[in-house]
Amino acid sequence: MPKLLTGAEIVFKCLEDQGVEYIFGYPGGAVLPIYDELKNHETVKHILVRHEQGAGHAAEGYARSSGKPGVVLVTSGPGATNVVTALTDAYMDSVPLVCISGQVPTHLIGTDAFQECDTTGITRPCTKHNWLIKDIEDLSRIIHEAFHVATSGRPGPVLIDIPKDIQFAKASYSKPKKEKKLNGKLHNRFSQNEIDELIKLISKAKKPIIYSGGGVINSGPRASESLRDFVRLTGFPITSTLQGLGAFPGDDNQFIGMLGMHGTYEANNAMHDCDLLINIGARFDDRITGKIDEFSPKSKKVHIDIDPSSINKIIKVDLAIVGDVNEVLKAAIKKINKKQNGLKTSNKQNVSKWWEQIQKWRNKNSLGFVNSEKTIKPQHAVQRLYELTKDQDTFITTEVGQHQMWAAQHYKFNKPNRWMTSGGLGTMGYGLPAAVGVQIAHPDKLVIDIAGEASVLMTMQEMSTAVQYNLPIKIFVLNNQYMGMVRQWQELLHEKNYSESYSEALPDFVKLAEAYGCKGIKANNPNELDDKIREMVNHHGPVIFDCQVDPNENCFPMIPSGKPHNQMILGPNDKEDNKITGKGKALV
Amino acid sequence: MPSPKSAYSIPTKRGKLDTHIFVVWVDNEAGVLARVVGLFSGRGYNIESLAVAEVDATKNISRITIVTTGTPQVIEQIKLQLKKLVPVHKVADFKREDKKVIFKEMALLKVVGQKKKIEKCINACKNFNPVILDKTKQSVVIQITALRREIDKMSKKLKPLGLTSTSRTGAIAMTRGSETFK
Repeated sequence: MPKLLTGAEIVFKCLEDQGVEYIFGYPGGAVLPIYDELKNHETVKHILVRHEQGAGHAAEGYARSSGKPGVVLVTSGPGATNVVTALTDAYMDSVPLVCISGQVPTHLIGTDAFQECDTTGITRPCTKHNWLIKDIEDLSRIIHEAFHVATSGRPGPVLIDIPKDIQFAKASYSKPKKEKKLNGKLHNRFSQNEIDELIKLISKAKKPIIYSGGGVINSGPRASESLRDFVRLTGFPITSTLQGLGAFPGDDNQFIGMLGMHGTYEANNAMHDCDLLINIGARFDDRITGKIDEFSPKSKKVHIDIDPSSINKIIKVDLAIVGDVNEVLKAAIKKINKKQNGLKTSNKQNVSKWWEQIQKWRNKNSLGFVNSEKTIKPQHAVQRLYELTKDQDTFITTEVGQHQMWAAQHYKFNKPNRWMTSGGLGTMGYGLPAAVGVQIAHPDKLVIDIAGEASVLMTMQEMSTAVQYNLPIKIFVLNNQYMGMVRQWQELLHEKNYSESYSEALPDFVKLAEAYGCKGIKANNPNELDDKIREMVNHHGPVIFDCQVDPNENCFPMIPSGKPHNQMILGPNDKEDNKITGKGKALV
Repeated sequence: MPSPKSAYSIPTKRGKLDTHIFVVWVDNEAGVLARVVGLFSGRGYNIESLAVAEVDATKNISRITIVTTGTPQVIEQIKLQLKKLVPVHKVADFKREDKKVIFKEMALLKVVGQKKKIEKCINACKNFNPVILDKTKQSVVIQITALRREIDKMSKKLKPLGLTSTSRTGAIAMTRGSETFK
């Protein structure tokens, strides 16, 4: 007869067999048996956060930067509801998370017991799947299945709700079964015909563009390698979504910048005028497409995605290839090499005119801004941060807003998994706890959260976590005293009615840093910026950097939503276009 | 009136709406119906009717039949989204006009009144496989099986004859001939 283990022991057995090294969590009444067991399992380390949302985002940062699933442990009721934002964030951005929540004992479920809530009901729409364990015999099987669901296909969050009596009950443990098929849900069934069709389109194209997304990152570092080979082999220009940054080197000449609402002039115009659009692991998000009816009107569209429900959801495509990005790209590269005998008959000549056109758009220098001697321009701050940190392997997280877009525009990424940002849900307060998770996964690397002062205050308490575990994260706050993106929309589209977007009473960030037991640095003018950034980077320990920037700066270029790609608003360098007419306003 | 301003684009063209019947085979486990129904409500899809019951007790499989309307694009999305749910085994989708598929709904009709009116009611139902489930001097409960619109018509027709309450199922569906859906 096999040895019987308690539910709490089984939880840790499963985590060990799944190779889990870190869990991010917060204890409470309904998970105490699991916390009791923690001391007996040395390979699983627990990171105590200050709020369950922080646990979720830290696990996201850990997962995104390491490629491994993030694990979260929270208690019932408020513990579970607090983690909902992070689960939804992970769901929108396809981040593999396994969240274990405590629940009141089985016999109390449904009685409005203390700290009871319908956790599986609440999290059903924001997880790939969730389970309420009602029988201890199911526990080990379900935990293993949960890891499989979270990490297979299009990754995402899952939740396992374990009542307290189940954590005490005893059962035998079963190891994970290999290759369990979940009702045939693994999608990697593209055919050679589809690859042939893709090659045919590639060889015919005169104005092609590759548009890559977070799917390339999720497919693993090898997919980024394949993407680079594919792009070099075809000679096509490539643009990337916010989540895809880093899959292709940001300083490469074939990379024409990020596309979408705050993308470059060249990327958006190329998307609009192209005759072949190859979407690799992106999902035609509304921040990307602008006005659907006028999205890339003249192109043949190819969509490579592991999630069949992404195909034709927003934009109808001519060729859909459902599969893992890396597998599809490898098959395409093989075919190109075979058919064209290397590059002998490639269509690089065909696209040379197209490159000339792209160069013309590039010459607009759409990311340009008017720098100042007196005040720090936020774009300048990000550029200096990039120049002073690009020589080391730096990991960047962000909050949400103007600073996020400036980081995406001006910080160049050369490797995947170095860029962690909340794209789909747009969660202010994501960056600081995410940086905690990234630093846990990469203890010796430089981890910087490019933040806004409004966002970072939403999860500021996690500085305490960083100090507790001596995580040298750098919180680089572009402090403009406004919710900058809200202020920008109000200025451009709501008659400068700055309703509630100014923060009247901000903390002194240097003193706040000191209160948390870490270092505070403040930069007031451009002259001292470089030295202060160096001071931040060289400090061994967590830092909050208060970078006082121009409060009136707007993030350009910009496509107001409801407009097509070729109707961008450019920055102040291009004044004549910088007007939204009455008619334009109605469209946004 | 000021023009609408938002961070999102305005809706554009709308396609033609079709009525489709989805048949979904699922693991019969706690919460599975909530997952399927929640998918519809969460993504703004419409449910006209719903029928669900276990059909295979050994394999623990339930069969859910959902009638819905949507543009071809929405119908395709519904199918793909349903297939992503973990407890879903397979999804079939049929157009309501599809001749290869049989659709049926059942209704129980209670008529209260004089004998003459009751007879009239029973007579009116004769094309829809009427079964008299209960009969007293003043009342009758008739079971009919028919298409949705036929049942709609019958309820309207029987109202003046003393129809007091109607209970109806959602549509269920099956393909004609020897083929089964794989």
